[in-house]
Amino acid sequence: MKKLVEIKQYLRLEKFPHLWCAGCGHGIILQSFLRAVLDLGIEQDKLVVASGIGCSSRAVGYLNFDSLHTAHGRAIPFATGIKMAKPELTLVALVGDGDIAAIGGNHFIHACRRNIDITVVVFNNYNYGMTGGQNSPTTRADDYTATTPYGNIERPFDLCTLAQAAGATYIARSTTYHALALPKLIADGISHHGFSLIEVITGCPTYYGKLNKMDNGVKMLEWQRDHAVNLKQYQTLSEQEKERKFVIGLLHCAEKPEYTDEYLKLIQKAQA
Amino acid sequence: MLVANAEKRVRFIQGNEACAEAALAAGVRFYAGYPITPSSEIAEILSVRLPKVNGTFMQMEDEIASMSAILGASLVGVKTMTATSGPGFSLMQELIGFACLCEIPCVIVNVQRGGPSTGLPTSPAQSDAMQSRWGTHGDHPIIVLCPSSVKETYDLTVQAINLAESLRNPVILLSDEIVAHMYEKIELPELKDLKLLERPKPQKDFAGKYLPYATHRPTEVPRIANFGEGFHFNVTGLIHDVDGFPTNNPEKTDLLLRRLHKKIDSRAREICFTESENLEDASAILCSYGATARSAARAAKEARKKGMKVGLLKLKTLWPFADFIFEELGQHIKTIIVCEMNLGQILREVERVAKGRFKVIGVNTSRGTLITPQEILKKIEEVS
Repeated sequence: MKKLVEIKQYLRLEKFPHLWCAGCGHGIILQSFLRAVLDLGIEQDKLVVASGIGCSSRAVGYLNFDSLHTAHGRAIPFATGIKMAKPELTLVALVGDGDIAAIGGNHFIHACRRNIDITVVVFNNYNYGMTGGQNSPTTRADDYTATTPYGNIERPFDLCTLAQAAGATYIARSTTYHALALPKLIADGISHHGFSLIEVITGCPTYYGKLNKMDNGVKMLEWQRDHAVNLKQYQTLSEQEKERKFVIGLLHCAEKPEYTDEYLKLIQKAQA
Repeated sequence: MLVANAEKRVRFIQGNEACAEAALAAGVRFYAGYPITPSSEIAEILSVRLPKVNGTFMQMEDEIASMSAILGASLVGVKTMTATSGPGFSLMQELIGFACLCEIPCVIVNVQRGGPSTGLPTSPAQSDAMQSRWGTHGDHPIIVLCPSSVKETYDLTVQAINLAESLRNPVILLSDEIVAHMYEKIELPELKDLKLLERPKPQKDFAGKYLPYATHRPTEVPRIANFGEGFHFNVTGLIHDVDGFPTNNPEKTDLLLRRLHKKIDSRAREICFTESENLEDASAILCSYGATARSAARAAKEARKKGMKVGLLKLKTLWPFADFIFEELGQHIKTIIVCEMNLGQILREVERVAKGRFKVIGVNTSRGTLITPQEILKKIEEVS
């Protein structure tokens, strides 16, 4: 692994301090992403970062690449346009759970289906932090948020299972507690030729944590430590135990036709 | 599928086909869209033709994704277009505002059908005249061109692409079901005869200190770099400073929004395309646009035959509104009759610019059929 200090070249240091709260996990994900970029040695000019709206999506403003802060939920279709117009660029979307699972849910499943070579890193903090901590499609059942004052009666999306069913070919999950494992999972997702999803469970002590008995960043990290299990451990659990745990690590990796490759073949067919 | 005789210069084609041909000729190489009547022929033709010129055609999951994709593609320097109709146009509105604020060139074709809601999918209307101006939230500048024939569809599509690129602004081509599906003979111009405008580009050696929204004069169009060429610039839908990064400074916000408007308003005389006939001695003029302008032209001709002094003013640019044309009309004109397939959208705009100098009345229908020349003639007779 290269020296961490080298990730400075990828930061717009003049834009700091960042706007994230004390105890927020988003900085850990940003650092892990940059370690992945550093380890892969991606040319800085050829990497484009796109985001949606929310706390997570402000990440792109701190990054010294071509950066695109789109509308709520639209990072993936903007990235699709860029990738199709210039397939040699590496596209990474840094998005939140509201972005990807609610308002941009349709774009998410269709990008999975196309298996277009875009890497999506989801900052999943189980709520809408930017707007004051309302419930999102990943908020866990029975939990409290600004708009579920009596507990959440909805079941959350499992983004990884959803992505696999929709056709994504690289799927991994980690947490900000498992920060040391995260750069490699992201790097492998970027290297993978096809649609990659890396879901990262991250803490929002300001809103989600405060309403669910975890009012600081350490408590949120401890919660992640206590609820994340690897696949082997998960398989030994009872059905009841499984309900409150989640699996981390590489969950799915497959080779399927990639969309920009298929489009190139279509062009050759059209011109034959 | 309407892709026959692609080599011939003289063609008998419909408006939607002319739009697709013009887009290809003017260099559009990226189209993303979602099927909707009565615009679908544009997508179908481009799905055949774009891959032949190494261009991209993508059918997206909805109109929001379509707008997102063309804006992404435009940021790497490609000329882009999408086409839709009323319901899809409504879905595109948020990102039309994004394109206005971020100054991303793109062309949106709205082939108008009857509304509101699902409305009359296969019938004509002109009831998106105001939505095309004010559909997205916030103060924003917009250009809207409105063809009334197959030939005009071709010419205004080229103009739309030129204006979008040279002014870094979204441009809406506001067609309608009649113009889109009507067949007429046109001669396609030779490619070498087309005057094409490109977006202003920064010098390569600006890399590192490139300011994507900086101008020397308030009316200047800032230079737009391509993603992927080392400029490392930021694009955000938040109000931004000249460096492209968010600001909520009141003075900078005011400066940006006024500059965006000046960019378009200061060029109104270049952008506002109109055609007029027999205004010199007219006591009444018919003001119309799109398919309805055809009925108005016929009605004006019939009225002249009957000895009535009637002129015709056809608007080919709806927005920015051609205020100066109305301000410069002679005092011999007493009445302006605005003919449009809606319940009075451009009518109110003409009332505004008339400032009481002329009597302004409307011929308005919203029933999904063309206004006939007879209906207009009847109104002329009523007021003369």
